[in-house]
Amino acid sequence: MLLINCPYCGERPEPEFVYGGQAHIARPAQPAEVDTQHWADYLYRRDNVRGVHAERWRHAHGCGRFFNALRDTTTDQFLGTYKVGETPPAPSKERA
Amino acid sequence: MMRPQSRVPAKKYGMQPFSALSLILRGLTGQKSWQPQWRSPEPKKSYDAIIIGGGGHGLGAAFYLASEHGLSNVAVLEKGWIGGGNTGRNTTIIRSNYLFDESAALYNHALEMWSDLSHALNYNVMFSPRGVMMLAHTVHDMQVFKRHVYANRAAGVDNAWLTPEEARAFCPPLNIGDIRYPVLGAALQRRGGTARHDAVAWGYARAADALGVDILENCEVTGILKDTGGHVAGVETTRGTIHAPRIGVAAAGNTSVVMKLAGVDLPLESYPLQALVSEPIKPCFPCVVMSNTIHAYISQSDKGELVIGAGTDAYTSYTQRGGLHITSHALEAICELFPMFRRLKMLRSWGGIVDVTPDRSPIIGKTPVPGLYVNCGWGTGGFKATPGSAHVFAWTIARDEPHPINAPFTLERFRDGNLIDEAAAAAVAH
Repeated sequence: MLLINCPYCGERPEPEFVYGGQAHIARPAQPAEVDTQHWADYLYRRDNVRGVHAERWRHAHGCGRFFNALRDTTTDQFLGTYKVGETPPAPSKERA
Repeated sequence: MMRPQSRVPAKKYGMQPFSALSLILRGLTGQKSWQPQWRSPEPKKSYDAIIIGGGGHGLGAAFYLASEHGLSNVAVLEKGWIGGGNTGRNTTIIRSNYLFDESAALYNHALEMWSDLSHALNYNVMFSPRGVMMLAHTVHDMQVFKRHVYANRAAGVDNAWLTPEEARAFCPPLNIGDIRYPVLGAALQRRGGTARHDAVAWGYARAADALGVDILENCEVTGILKDTGGHVAGVETTRGTIHAPRIGVAAAGNTSVVMKLAGVDLPLESYPLQALVSEPIKPCFPCVVMSNTIHAYISQSDKGELVIGAGTDAYTSYTQRGGLHITSHALEAICELFPMFRRLKMLRSWGGIVDVTPDRSPIIGKTPVPGLYVNCGWGTGGFKATPGSAHVFAWTIARDEPHPINAPFTLERFRDGNLIDEAAAAAVAH
């Protein structure tokens, strides 16, 4: 079970959270103007990185807010969490 | 209908054939004259085709390339050991009762091959069609399962609806009433069952090796080479550079990582999926039971261990482990459904990394890179498809065009909107 540091509430156990997948995927500003490949990439293509992964979580059974996290998918160790709209912190090996 | 599979004439290729007589004779002489089941060769400079990934799907593809398409100058590259990935980590369930015609054709192709696979490989994969029963606990479950039953029967796929009493008659340990989510019915595929997962990997490895396929273990791919025209030319590995004009990737949870080496992005996410086995007990459990809603599945291996499958963890990962609360949840469901197992001890638990597509159907086919083929996205249920998947993947690699069965399972379906949405049939909650 992961221990996740909600930027609003602090460290809480994983069952309080819902995973939101890869972070920083921007919806095309003008969907009617992008071609089908572009749209498919937005909907379905994921980096699925083996290493440091920027991802969304939602503190569903807490404050209810979305936030972002950096996590190493080879160890499941969190390298930091940050609020929506903030730039990702430089990864450090200390847990945020 | 399935034609008989081509068989490997064991003696002709120098394999020691397995038979009751050979077991008895070697039993009388101290079991000392067995040969290794496959060679451990040094990599050649080049091959006619390379398969990346030494699990059932990759080894099987190499076997069918050699046995059905005359391509025996083939190498299988495995970064670890044969069958050490998901082929050796799954819960060995085999069934074909998926909803859509495309899926039913693919999984039924595999199911028909399972029934003859031990003979085809001269290796006992212990296929046991003992029946797979999927429990319904809610009105929604009942509606969905009945829809599956009717669709399956229309497509010629075995699947039947059982009342709760019929379900208990088929599996006497089942507790249908005295639980939080009572059993309201079940979908039963009698032709489904289990097989010995290790034996599938070993059987394919042995048979492919006998036909001349080089199986290269501890050989991790670190780069994919292309020629000036953009066609694949070979791979860089931890055991040196190997050239080949055709490369098939069957790397399960690591497919995204391998395909990125060739500049191909895929609609995959890799999640941990966990399983456990109990201490071995006497035969007491006659079939496979799956419950999607309260989430657990269970069967008993021939060794006597109960083989129990849990759900996927919530987050993407490559760690081959997962949270204890996921396995605990599965065990709580097992204890509700089968109270007689409440005092059993679990022996081992482990995780595998499964590559999940948005529509829960696999991708088997060509890629934007000429000469590069991919077989991935099996998610939580690839083992059941192993022979059929390997068979059509070999066809695709050998002929540079998909077999009619895997033609719908393209990468382009995500762009073109032709999804094969089997989320409800995949059984493991995602």
